[in-house]
Amino acid sequence: MKEYLPLRLGKRFSSFQLHKKALWVTLLALFLTVLMMIISLGMGEMKISPLDVVKVLLGIGSEQHELIVQQFRMPRIIIAVLVGAALASAGAIMQGIVRNPLASPDILGVSGGASVAAVGFLLLFETASIRWLPPIAFLGATLTTLLLYALAWKKGVTPLRLVMIGVGIKIASGALVTLLIMFSPFLLQNKALLWLTGSIYGVSWDDVQMILPWIVVLIALAALLARRVNIQQLGDEIATSVGSRLQLDRFLLLMICAALVGTAVSVGGDISFVALLAPHIAKQLIGPSFGGALPLSALIGSLIVLIADLIARMAFSPLDVPVGVFTSAVGAPFFIYLLYKNRNH
Amino acid sequence: MNTISLTMKEVTDMYPLLSSNIRKILGVVLCLVLLIYLCYASLVFGVIDTSWQTAIDAYTHFNGSNEHIVIKEVRVPRVLNALSVGFCLGLAGTLLQSLTRNPVADVELFGLNAGAALFVVFAVTFIGISSLTQFTWIAFIGSAAAGIVVYLLGSLGRDGLSPVKLILAGAAITALSASIRHGMMVLNEKAADEVLFWLAGSVGGRKLEYLETVFPYMLVAWILAFLLARPIQTLLMGEDVAKGLGQRTLLVKIMTGLVLVLLSGSAVAVAGPIGFVGLVTPHLARFFVGIDTRWVLLYSGMFGSVLLLAADIAARFVAMPAEVPIGVMTALIGIPFFIYVARKGLDEK
Repeated sequence: MKEYLPLRLGKRFSSFQLHKKALWVTLLALFLTVLMMIISLGMGEMKISPLDVVKVLLGIGSEQHELIVQQFRMPRIIIAVLVGAALASAGAIMQGIVRNPLASPDILGVSGGASVAAVGFLLLFETASIRWLPPIAFLGATLTTLLLYALAWKKGVTPLRLVMIGVGIKIASGALVTLLIMFSPFLLQNKALLWLTGSIYGVSWDDVQMILPWIVVLIALAALLARRVNIQQLGDEIATSVGSRLQLDRFLLLMICAALVGTAVSVGGDISFVALLAPHIAKQLIGPSFGGALPLSALIGSLIVLIADLIARMAFSPLDVPVGVFTSAVGAPFFIYLLYKNRNH
Repeated sequence: MNTISLTMKEVTDMYPLLSSNIRKILGVVLCLVLLIYLCYASLVFGVIDTSWQTAIDAYTHFNGSNEHIVIKEVRVPRVLNALSVGFCLGLAGTLLQSLTRNPVADVELFGLNAGAALFVVFAVTFIGISSLTQFTWIAFIGSAAAGIVVYLLGSLGRDGLSPVKLILAGAAITALSASIRHGMMVLNEKAADEVLFWLAGSVGGRKLEYLETVFPYMLVAWILAFLLARPIQTLLMGEDVAKGLGQRTLLVKIMTGLVLVLLSGSAVAVAGPIGFVGLVTPHLARFFVGIDTRWVLLYSGMFGSVLLLAADIAARFVAMPAEVPIGVMTALIGIPFFIYVARKGLDEK
């Protein structure tokens, strides 16, 4: 039996080889994600057994259960899955094009830019409707990425310059956020700090509708560009010599990354470390080929945010702790275990 | 013709700004002059403006006036803290970037600051410690513990310590300790208020005795760092080359790790977590003196002191009479240089 399954979409458009093991691991992660969703839907102030949750999903549950699951819990769970998937895929793309294991949208300042925009908006326009927050955060992420790209441009963009200037932008935006918070009234400070920790408390179906199409389209686009990421990982010279349009691809991927982060951050706030840890976990599990690593990263990101959100809701009930507090408490131990397990590779 | 101009261009690209030893020594002298001026400015300017004469009088003819007390109790400790902590962070950044061969490595990303912060918050929450004096040691121990865990995790496996493993372990430990710390702070708001001041990191508001307690460790670490410069230079050529040249690479790596823990531990013990200084100064240093680790270390350390002193002075004036966290000012002052150097790029080899 062959170890790889080739997948093709047209001759020139997109193709990649699928590792058999990657396929199984991905299916397992998918199963776990669905399982976690069902468990998480049943947990809360009123416990509902997983079986009843499934009944509700099939449309044969009791009316009370249906109200709780469909109206109150479902949007939050779906947002957790979407936000986690978006951040993790953005991280996977970033690590692919920048070829630095420390790279992730939070470390390259993309989420930092979104934070500056969002916190600035919260603090300077206190009377404006909160509905404007998502587009503002999105705008912040995109503008920051463009700035990053422009500053790193010097007859093309190299990964090293991208990382260095990205880190610079991240730190500058952190400083700006601190300044903004310092010079604002006390009541607003808490609101801004809550947003900065990352929270998916009180999201509704509207939020789901708003970000679902974006995230699906963007992740699909990233998956189609998978082989270009693979080529970029080989280094600039090799990528150019095998005929990759290096700078164009790099720009496209970076913009997809920015859009993913902007969308996720706009609803979930600045949830840290998912984008950094999830792709590493995926790579430790199945190896570095981007075609396989992207969907798995997305699923692992979803899982991390789902579990973190469940802990955030349940562990200190009735206190609803921001999910950002727990994302790395969930992801990091597993990651450390994987580091230990793969120590000889 | 074409080829010659190309090689010429490469040569000018590769040679640093200060190419000969005489220029480098001149640079050191210039840097020292700048440092002395900044010390003077830091002593004299602030909410209470004083003069050089008053500053000297505070030690020779102390008369108990406000100015004299401010100088003795506030300004002088600040200057000395900024000088020594800046030097530590500059050295630590250089060592870390060499050890991991990663240009964006910084004490912040290796769990060293995060570990210190975790231990301090833990001590406040569960043991009820709340004096800055006790924070000093707890922070030192926290930083060291995180450093040792990261180092061990990074050197698991048959091929020992590798840069990538070290980076991943650092990222994981940073994430984990930040997360646990956040959790403790959410649950215990009183403790959170007590440590927020410490967590912001500052060279002000710290008594001289904190520096005195850890200064011996700093000094040892500085000396060791410069002794390690040559072996590290060899190691930078690659593990195999270094081994081939007869270096005991494991020993060098362990010593570097130890010095790193001492440097960042004592820095965080005195001033709380301050990031970014260690990230930016090695790049500025390489921009001026090239790749010779001995010079890079010296320049990076001095730039660290300059940056912290300048940031500390600026932090007093931006929001007078309140003070801006020093991390904000180091970022605002340092970033333009950092981006300039990153664009100019001596590292593009």
